[in-house]
Amino acid sequence: MRFKFLLLLLLTAPSVTLAASEESDWPMEPFEANLQDMPSLQNGYRLFVNYCLGCHSLQYQRYERTADDLQIPHDVALDELVFTGQKIGEQMKSAMDRELAKNWFGAPPPDLTMVTRVRGPEWVYNYLKTFYLDSSRPLGVNNKVFPNVGMPHALLELQGIQRSDCVQVPKIAPNGGEMRDPLVPGKAITEEKCGELVLEEGTGLYTPEEYDQAVHDITNFLFYVGDPSRLERHRIGIYVLLFLVILYVFTWLLGREYNKAVR
Amino acid sequence: MAEVPHNQGGSKVAAAWTSFIGWVDERFPLTETYEYHLSRYWAPKNFNFWYFFGVLSVVVLVNQLLTGIWLTMSYIPSGDGAFASVEYIMRDVEFGWLLRYLHSTGASAFFIVVYLHMFRGLIYGSYRKPRELLWLIGMAIFVVLMAEGFFGYLLPWGNMSYWGAQVIVSLVGAIPLIGPDLMEWVRGDFLMSEITLNRFFALHVIALPLVLVMLVFVHIVALHHVGSNNPDGVEIKKHKDANGVPLDGIPFHPYYTIGHDLPAIVAFLFVFCAVVFFAPEMGGYFLEKPNFEQANPLKTPLHIAPVWYYTPYYAMLRASTFPLFGLTAKFWGFVVMAGAIVLPAALPWLDRSPVKSIRYKGMFSKVMLGLFVISFFVLGYLGTIPPSKLATAVAQFSTVVYFAYFVLMPWYTRVEKTKPVPERVTMR
Repeated sequence: MRFKFLLLLLLTAPSVTLAASEESDWPMEPFEANLQDMPSLQNGYRLFVNYCLGCHSLQYQRYERTADDLQIPHDVALDELVFTGQKIGEQMKSAMDRELAKNWFGAPPPDLTMVTRVRGPEWVYNYLKTFYLDSSRPLGVNNKVFPNVGMPHALLELQGIQRSDCVQVPKIAPNGGEMRDPLVPGKAITEEKCGELVLEEGTGLYTPEEYDQAVHDITNFLFYVGDPSRLERHRIGIYVLLFLVILYVFTWLLGREYNKAVR
Repeated sequence: MAEVPHNQGGSKVAAAWTSFIGWVDERFPLTETYEYHLSRYWAPKNFNFWYFFGVLSVVVLVNQLLTGIWLTMSYIPSGDGAFASVEYIMRDVEFGWLLRYLHSTGASAFFIVVYLHMFRGLIYGSYRKPRELLWLIGMAIFVVLMAEGFFGYLLPWGNMSYWGAQVIVSLVGAIPLIGPDLMEWVRGDFLMSEITLNRFFALHVIALPLVLVMLVFVHIVALHHVGSNNPDGVEIKKHKDANGVPLDGIPFHPYYTIGHDLPAIVAFLFVFCAVVFFAPEMGGYFLEKPNFEQANPLKTPLHIAPVWYYTPYYAMLRASTFPLFGLTAKFWGFVVMAGAIVLPAALPWLDRSPVKSIRYKGMFSKVMLGLFVISFFVLGYLGTIPPSKLATAVAQFSTVVYFAYFVLMPWYTRVEKTKPVPERVTMR
């Protein structure tokens, strides 16, 4: 009873989340991180050093620690993941000169060690999926989640060309259901909706499903990098809590003996 | 010494122990202190749930001191190094993440247990004569604790650290005439900078912990001098046996230390560790998201909110929206906030009820206390969300309710009909 109250107090607190900053009204797809999925994390690591690390550092995270946590042998990691001539014990710095980068993009590309903690993994996942062609922008692309961002679409060759277009979508009835044509069974009544993303199929190396998986893996990896203690923390945490439950039983039994004397 | 009868065989070890203690006692009041504060400190036998939070505050204080010492070993108080050193602790220091999360979760836990400890005082009238000074010392602890938390929050040098501190320090600037100069003196610079960080660090790791520990010591000395109140609000010292032992009192040790508090400490640690190991950010309430970004004087977070334990007072600060008597709204907000924090100190003289405990108080007291608690929670929530017209109106109303609890107390505690108080404590 005594700690149920505390528990309630503590656990209801996060149900109301704080408003995040720089939000667009783009409907976000949910993202579910999975730190047990080693192939996903390893692939995310691989994609990150190949496509992101050229500009974005992970300046607080070390190659070695990451390789150890993701179960990658050191020699493999050195050969396949360290391109900057750094030692494996070093932090994952970008080779790009910050001053030059500022001239090229208007601002130096931010460090991404904690991007998933500042913006949330969901934001990163959706951000990487919503680049589209926009000739009005200096780099030729724009983004739905971060409008007018000064970053090129680094994964363009994987995803292919995406445009922001008008498409026919099923009309939604006032009761929330999709409207159907009463004369033609099964035929949906559609309306035009603009600003939807349309992919030109065959222009990328990956199929849409493969691309989703790749972006998922990168985000999953960045989620891990945001707080690498999670893996160990969750593992130890279980034992700590189990120990405390057992300790509680004994202290409660001991306490009961004293309380008998009081009554 | 009476406390060593475990070895009654009269062995040589027991004899040696007794003579050793005797040697110490001649030179230092060891046995006397032990008996006075533990084994012969008579605590009322009817303590309940609400009496856990004093000892839990001590548990959290010890946690903060220990983890704080170890964090200081790896933390670098400089504009360039602070943020990176926190991440160094989180990633490269062995179990650094555990130290840091124990400390950051401990900060929130401290306020949870202290707020509940203070609430216990409110419901059972623990501030009433002869415990006025005990209550005042407790209020001093509360104020120092708020300052300690505030200074500590700047140290990670995240963007919310920076801008949160900026907002609160700028309140000093709202003081008429001397404000701007005083603000510069407090910051030690023309804007929040490394200089400010360094002095906050000094205050957080040396000055205030020292004051805090001394105040806690004095708080306990005062408590053991006047004796604990209890849920019935009756004095157990009124009824003593032939040896001068209160009839309703039991030795604090072992009946409360082991019988009552130890299981509660373990239960508390369970909840505490559940947060530390599985939800240290607590959805952005214990560790705010913008604080994972380094302090940036050129980038204001869209919505600056203090950590949850300050939000009731922050909401009151923001609720002040109009200038008065030629002074700015910001200054009045500062006055309202400071007033709300220190006003509970006046409780011993505001409460005119013939009874102490809420159990025997009348309807007015119960309703006002209920409204007070609701207003505190509402203000706490409003302090976390961006301001809007509706939120400000609700905050203003809640602020009035908060103050009404105190200001109207001399009146409603006198006119209401109270229930008869029993002579001796009751066990429920």
